[in-house]
Amino acid sequence: MTKSVNKEPIDWNAALKEILSGGVTRTVVSVILGFAVGAFFMIISNREFLQSLGYFFADPLSSLRAAGDVVGAGYGALIQGSIYNPNAATFEGAIRPFTETLRLAGPLIAAGLGIGLGFRVGLFNIGGTGQLVSGLIWATFVATRMELPPVIHFVVAIVAAIVGAALVGAFVGFLKARTGANEVITTIMLNYIIVSFFNFLLTDNALLQGETAGGYTKSDPAFETARLPYLLGESYALNLGFVLAIAAVVVYWWLMERSTIGFRLRAVGFSPSAAKTAGINVERTFVLALGLSAAFVGIAAANQALSSTGGVTPTSHAGIGFDAITVALLGGSSASGVLLAGLLFGAFKAGSSAIQIVGISPDVLGIVQGSIVLFIAAPPLIRAIFRLPPPQTTSMLSALKSKLFSRGGK
Amino acid sequence: MSTETKKETRESWKTPTVMGSLAAVVLVFFGILGKPETVSFELTGVRETVQLPNIDVASNILGIASGILLLAMAGFAALQVARNVRSSIWLSVVFGAIALVALLGWLAGGAVVPVAFILGSALVLAVPIILGAMAGVMSERVGVVNIAIEGQLLTGAFMASVVSTLTGNQIIGIISAMITAALFSAVLAVFAIRFLAQQIIVGVVLNVLAIGITNFLYQQWVTEDESATNSPGTLPIIHIPFLGDIPIIGPVLFQNRITVWLAIAIVIVLWFVLFKTKLGLRARAVGENPLAADTVGINVGRTRFWWVTLGGLLAGLGGAALTIGSSGSFGREMSGGLGFIALAVVILGRWHPGYATAAALLFGFSIILRIWANQVSPGIPTNFITMVPYIVTIIAVVGFVGRSRPPAADGIPYVKG
Amino acid sequence: MRLELKGITKRFGILVANDAIDLVVESGQIHSLLGENGAGKSTLMNVLYGLYKADAGQILLDGKPAEFSGPGDAMAAGIGMVHQHFMLIPVFTVAENVALGHEPTKRGGVLDLDAARALVRKISDRFGFDVDPDALVEDLPVGVQQRVEIIKSLARDAKVLVLDEPTAVLTPQETDELMEIMRGLAKSGTSIVFITHKLREVKAVADTITVIRQGRVVGEAKPSTETAELASMMVGRDVGLIVDKKIADPGKVVLSVSDLSVLDDRDQRAVDHVSFEVRAGEILAIAGVQGNGQTELAEAILGLRAIHSSDGDISISGSSVRGKSVRTILERGVGYVPEDRQKNGLISEFSIAENLMLNGSFTKPYTKGLGIAFATRARLADERVKEFDIRTTSALTPAGKLSGGNQQKLVLARELSREVDLLIVSQPTRGVDVGSIEFIHERLVEERNAGKAVLLISTELDEVMALADRIAVMYRGRIVGIVDTKTDRAKLGQMMAGVAA
Repeated sequence: MTKSVNKEPIDWNAALKEILSGGVTRTVVSVILGFAVGAFFMIISNREFLQSLGYFFADPLSSLRAAGDVVGAGYGALIQGSIYNPNAATFEGAIRPFTETLRLAGPLIAAGLGIGLGFRVGLFNIGGTGQLVSGLIWATFVATRMELPPVIHFVVAIVAAIVGAALVGAFVGFLKARTGANEVITTIMLNYIIVSFFNFLLTDNALLQGETAGGYTKSDPAFETARLPYLLGESYALNLGFVLAIAAVVVYWWLMERSTIGFRLRAVGFSPSAAKTAGINVERTFVLALGLSAAFVGIAAANQALSSTGGVTPTSHAGIGFDAITVALLGGSSASGVLLAGLLFGAFKAGSSAIQIVGISPDVLGIVQGSIVLFIAAPPLIRAIFRLPPPQTTSMLSALKSKLFSRGGK
Repeated sequence: MSTETKKETRESWKTPTVMGSLAAVVLVFFGILGKPETVSFELTGVRETVQLPNIDVASNILGIASGILLLAMAGFAALQVARNVRSSIWLSVVFGAIALVALLGWLAGGAVVPVAFILGSALVLAVPIILGAMAGVMSERVGVVNIAIEGQLLTGAFMASVVSTLTGNQIIGIISAMITAALFSAVLAVFAIRFLAQQIIVGVVLNVLAIGITNFLYQQWVTEDESATNSPGTLPIIHIPFLGDIPIIGPVLFQNRITVWLAIAIVIVLWFVLFKTKLGLRARAVGENPLAADTVGINVGRTRFWWVTLGGLLAGLGGAALTIGSSGSFGREMSGGLGFIALAVVILGRWHPGYATAAALLFGFSIILRIWANQVSPGIPTNFITMVPYIVTIIAVVGFVGRSRPPAADGIPYVKG
Repeated sequence: MRLELKGITKRFGILVANDAIDLVVESGQIHSLLGENGAGKSTLMNVLYGLYKADAGQILLDGKPAEFSGPGDAMAAGIGMVHQHFMLIPVFTVAENVALGHEPTKRGGVLDLDAARALVRKISDRFGFDVDPDALVEDLPVGVQQRVEIIKSLARDAKVLVLDEPTAVLTPQETDELMEIMRGLAKSGTSIVFITHKLREVKAVADTITVIRQGRVVGEAKPSTETAELASMMVGRDVGLIVDKKIADPGKVVLSVSDLSVLDDRDQRAVDHVSFEVRAGEILAIAGVQGNGQTELAEAILGLRAIHSSDGDISISGSSVRGKSVRTILERGVGYVPEDRQKNGLISEFSIAENLMLNGSFTKPYTKGLGIAFATRARLADERVKEFDIRTTSALTPAGKLSGGNQQKLVLARELSREVDLLIVSQPTRGVDVGSIEFIHERLVEERNAGKAVLLISTELDEVMALADRIAVMYRGRIVGIVDTKTDRAKLGQMMAGVAA
């Protein structure tokens, strides 16, 4: 043992082992495995493949070919529908899928950051749906019942969505802080309560139901001034929502990694008792953390409420509250991880109609999504399958990082 | 080190306070401000052998009467707190039941309340919740948090419908539903015990996976030919002679599908095993203090694995009750959150099979009440009736209705040295 | 039964907890296993009990080799164990706890609790334990819980009974009673392995003594061996637990506690109308057996626990802190080294640098606006690591990777580097190696010489006598008396059992 700080040479072998044992490798492996599980389901439900099994021993190649075909068609369609469509007549058309991916990734990223923030503080916010719907209610009120000047209108509506969601989160935090109520249960219950309340609001003309809804549970379309402006002109649906999501990533990174608030949030996440002893008000931190967590979810709510030209419905939350949990898990609750995970799952949403067209149910992407996160959830399983080294106990990587990224003072 | 074990704190005033305010609501809104119209409680249906007269009461009189009764119970609870005695859970149960009768009377001003129909439907609707909750009790009692009940119900529902249709045999359908859900549960068990994964996360993810897989298989090949894959029909309704003819009790309990009776039997058996047998003692020990259980030679991992996995059998049966025990076919994401309700029921019922069943019946009741109220008085915002059980759950978790203490090691992986 | 351990070796990673240990326990003998905290005694016994798997070595029972894959096997072979932390289910009754694992049943696996009750009564009566089989364990005092543990072993016909630090939680009276029980058991033929680090108890009850140090057997001894000799065997050199310090020169009152009562986690009164003062430049030690309210006392001073008595008060440098937040109290100039450093003192996932700013995240020098002053933090961390001799490769190392002594130095480094008037130090050397103990003791005396008020809470009488200027003895939440350091041990021992000075 030496007392010197950062003086010893870098042990590259140890550093490599740490990388292999670390989160990034595991994540990549999990994603690949997830796609493999999806491929398995595509194959076993494919008619040509099942028929070819009848004469498998006579012609095993045809089974393999059928399997390859369906997987190729499925994932090919996914790429075409989410990244680049070479068959489009124009370049504008060819890159449209990618803009769709970005558009759909926006709310997933924002909400994923919210859930991830909870995880970092040791809290399971399963209430993304309720918080998102609360944000929808507030934003829809501003967007359909208030008349405000351009720009100001959508800014107010965004703030309303964030506040509306954050209040629900803070309420859950308050219940936990004051009474110790487990947030998993209270958030799940609030999901149902708030969705019912939203339904109620959408059944009354005097409340949020639209004049044009004709008895359906639906609001008026947002005023023109309240809609998020398009980023690339009217021909693409991509709007300011994605910029909001990117801004959220930056804010999240600064908050969690650079600020003293984030330091205290992480301290409480690792050890509430040590944090308490260090003078950090753990109860207040729970309120703050769940409020902040829901505030990020509120950004997704703003996106959902202010993007549609047709008015919001009870299903406008689009399951983002639950998808956000998988986004946060896959992204390891880090800013950059959530960004990438949100883009991946956004691509799944963008590509689903293209997959449908080639005759495969896009629900297969739900299987892929679920499997990826299941593998992520059990590091020892992945290590066992791929014989990766166990978590390394050296400080080589952090030493290496500090050499590369040291910001003075060292 | 002190030998005196007297608690220094007082019993909380929360319970009487909540009871008192609810009683006041009933008294004022259902009673004093209530409608003077007559409510007719219909005890026996038209086609039944024994006929009883309907009970007619003015809606507001019923409100006032039950309001006063509830106030008295709140007063009793207050008295107990003043004496520093913990109030019994039964007081809350009876209180809730009376409040529900008052609510019924208020909703049905000027109409007929088909008592047997409502109670019977509440029971049938509660069956999947009860079975899901028993799965939850089994896994949480040994210390594994089970958020995946929803997914187990869903896979059970899917398998029961599809396998029954394909084989033409509903019993095989039920068995395959139970086995599939148990396998599903085993995944949770293995991840939680062997891989020490965060149990809540695995539960959430398994739900995502169950929804993904059933949706995919449903859309990819079930919908292609529903009559060949998804038309199992429903289980026959068995009318037990004599017992089935008793007014009210007969139609509610003894004219049912086998799933209902299985659920009731399972609750009783589970209660017995948990509290009266060696297996139950060991299971509870594992959930309370796994290290202590290990030191007396109980295999913690194996105990947890089997209880969680076998719990899956029950949730699978609950799923089967959704399809061949009720609707007659599988539909996309048809469990619709019942698994999460079951989770709430486990907590409301303090991890006890009997109390959990009472809580499940409350949810079943609220579902049928919503459907029925919509028909009787369409003006009523039924969305609020939907909310009631969820709000009750939050109130319970927040600690207003007694104090619920989960198994001490619930959710904590056991790592051996 | 004759128990023999041959060449038992157990490694955790690079750490060798047991290094080729040999041990023979004769039938009907009380064999004491003496060693410091962390010497490897508990590890050895966990190997014997099948909780850990040995990397090498052999266990012989009456000369026959035995192989245990779990506690069940060990129990079946006649080995019983009373762990330091009781292995009881708090919500079960005594009878249920005793029955657990080998339940008497009627037909169909139905529990026969009557049989279990009868068994508890039989054993309890035979040895005079006085235990009610229907009492809930969580309602029982610690001493009785320990008897339940012993009944558990005897109910399984244990021939070898291992007691792991059994007296840590007992008063001197209860300790005497336990020793009586041990003698009685030995007389009836049970072999007893008595694990402890307390020399007096060893000399009082043991037939044979084996001393363990750093995972190795360093020698055998007879109870007649001189205390000093046993001590030096235990720590590997002459123990001079006497810290060089000049006579105290107390200044103004820094901490004043008056009529303080505090409840514990189970809502029972843990601190009972306690009053005392600590002055600048003195060390007041709170002595007493573990679990007599010391923990709760410290937590109450720090604001972690509410004051229960209506007219109780705590004031620091003259102003009351009743009802104030932990943060406010820390900022009033209180440094705190908690009893359980792993749980309350540091965050093992955080780096050394992060842990050093744990309670400094609100103010300079660690903050820069709302952000963290990273450069300053890194510089300060390097300084502290050097000053407090924290053995590590880098200040970026997670605290969880440090040894116990280095972790404690890390906590001390944080608390001593802050501007404080009052230091509350709980069990500062528990589980810490001898080298670090010396360092920590010297630092504490330095702080006292520099004019700080020090409240030392320790269950180790030696430590108390070496460091304190005045000694307050706690028993059942009360302060039995405050005495000076010339008071003899016997007197202190009586006070620890509640006999007023």
